[in-house]
Amino acid sequence: MTQVLDRPVEVRVPSSPAERTARRRALLEWIAIHSLGVAAALFFTLPFVFVLLTSLMSDSQSLSRDLIPHTWEWGNYKSVLDTPGFLTWWKNTLIYAGLGTVLSVVSSIPVAYALAKFRFRGRNLTLMLVISMMMLPPQVVVIPMYLFWAKQLDLSGTLWPMIIPMAFGDAFSIFLLRQFLTTIPNEYVDAARVDGCGDLRTLLRVVIPMAKPGIAAVALFQFFYAWNDYFGPQIYASENPAAWTLSYGLESFKGAHHTDWNLTMAATVLVMAPVILVFFFAQKAFVEGVTLTGVKG
Amino acid sequence: MSTVTLASKRRRSALRTLAFLSPWLIGFAVFFAYPMISTVYFSFMHYDGFKPPTWSGTKNWTYVFEHYPLFWPALRNTLWLVVIMVSLRVLFGLGIGLLITKIKTGTGVFRTLFYLPYLAPPVAATMAFAFLLNPGTGPVNSLLEKVGIPAPGWFNDPNWSKPGLTLMFLWGIGDLMVIFMAALLDVPKEQYEAAELDGTSAWQRFRFVTLPNIAPIIMFAVVTGVIQAMQAYTQPLVAGKVASGVIQGAGTIFEPGYPEHSTLTLPQLVYNLGFQRFDYGSACVVALVLFTLSMAFTALLMRRRGGLIQAGD
Repeated sequence: MTQVLDRPVEVRVPSSPAERTARRRALLEWIAIHSLGVAAALFFTLPFVFVLLTSLMSDSQSLSRDLIPHTWEWGNYKSVLDTPGFLTWWKNTLIYAGLGTVLSVVSSIPVAYALAKFRFRGRNLTLMLVISMMMLPPQVVVIPMYLFWAKQLDLSGTLWPMIIPMAFGDAFSIFLLRQFLTTIPNEYVDAARVDGCGDLRTLLRVVIPMAKPGIAAVALFQFFYAWNDYFGPQIYASENPAAWTLSYGLESFKGAHHTDWNLTMAATVLVMAPVILVFFFAQKAFVEGVTLTGVKG
Repeated sequence: MSTVTLASKRRRSALRTLAFLSPWLIGFAVFFAYPMISTVYFSFMHYDGFKPPTWSGTKNWTYVFEHYPLFWPALRNTLWLVVIMVSLRVLFGLGIGLLITKIKTGTGVFRTLFYLPYLAPPVAATMAFAFLLNPGTGPVNSLLEKVGIPAPGWFNDPNWSKPGLTLMFLWGIGDLMVIFMAALLDVPKEQYEAAELDGTSAWQRFRFVTLPNIAPIIMFAVVTGVIQAMQAYTQPLVAGKVASGVIQGAGTIFEPGYPEHSTLTLPQLVYNLGFQRFDYGSACVVALVLFTLSMAFTALLMRRRGGLIQAGD
């Protein structure tokens, strides 16, 4: 609200013509930039708006070209939630994302700490390997990994092939946390040591409390990764619908409701909504994380 | 005496490092080193997952490069995405980043609105765009026809499916916007003030002050963009599947790339060869091509250490 006052249009005592043209130019610039801003905002938000509107249309209207629902069918959302499987997919997604996030954060913190604060031979090599793993698409190693999980451990059709690897340090989390931990001054770590703290205690009592924003960012990214993952469930869970996640199930939803765009869009909203809600609660940590991945340095 | 304690101290510190690194060391061995070696091994074997693997020399390699009908279309699509989509994304991301640094009223609201699409889960975003761009009843084509612009077939037209994907990836520009915004705000203000005193135009200030300052970030955006484009999987696959109308379920197999191979990318070939044609050997060949390309561009990123790795102690 107060920002409105920043506008360079203020009524003041008449001034020199030069000052007036300068002010008119500033006003024109303000109008041009904010019109562009509104145009861009429409581009970014209209897709959401159309999806929401369609999700509230009746079956027959969703097959027409109308943009606004004639009747508001809130029952569409109930139909989606009542679809056999939908709640199971929801539950599976929460298990995968929740458990995966906890495991990967806990296993990545000590690795990131060692890479940020210990001096040892091979540190740069380790860091380069971590980055290489981060940039590696999962498809590169999927054939042996599938054979490993499915044929040797007989775990296909479950979520475990996706969750267990997260207990062994996730490359992206390690990299991001390491970037964050290097910004913590060494003096804090040294002071803890002088006070007689062992490495583990220094990590738990000094470093982790200071690294909370970084840990929050990593946890969020990890949660979103699992929530969004399509390839993992496609490879390991596709044979067993009871192990599907939302991202994987959503696509089959379109298959089953071939022509019902309204129900498909309601399901789409239900998959998008949690991510966006989480974002609003944790906006700061998230944006900080995005910046950390590339720029600080 | 002192050398003994020094040696034992060193050993303790090595053990400590090893202990802290151990989760990743196990992960690296089991989920990277072992499967990489195994992928190389299988690329020279004939293996369908049922009968034991047999040595087949370079047969898988010649098959993929000379006879597998999806390989070259996938590579051509990747080149298209790398050249057109990546440059558009960098330009658009820079534009939106500039715009957000100039907006003075309601900055927070604009920034959130611009950022939000980046968060949409890929499958959900693709479903949304499959609906928005569907040629029959989609709102985009309805609006285009209202203003008299001929409406393209988007995900149902081989010439328009990649532009459709590009449009979707431009919509999710939030990550680049934030990175460019941070870089633009980091440009020293004194340089702009000095340039203004010299009587430069806005364009000259952008060209001679802004651009040189953010050049490393542009480079970063290009290289990571190339890597992402090579690895595009979920969006092109789901867009093709939904547009083709193939119902997922028992007995139906969707060959990726609808329409007419126009949405194929390399990662989809690994899936197609390995899990639809049960030719694990050839799937590993494609996996190695993907690996080589990814690592080449990652090496490019790491050579400029300033951008990605900050000095740590």
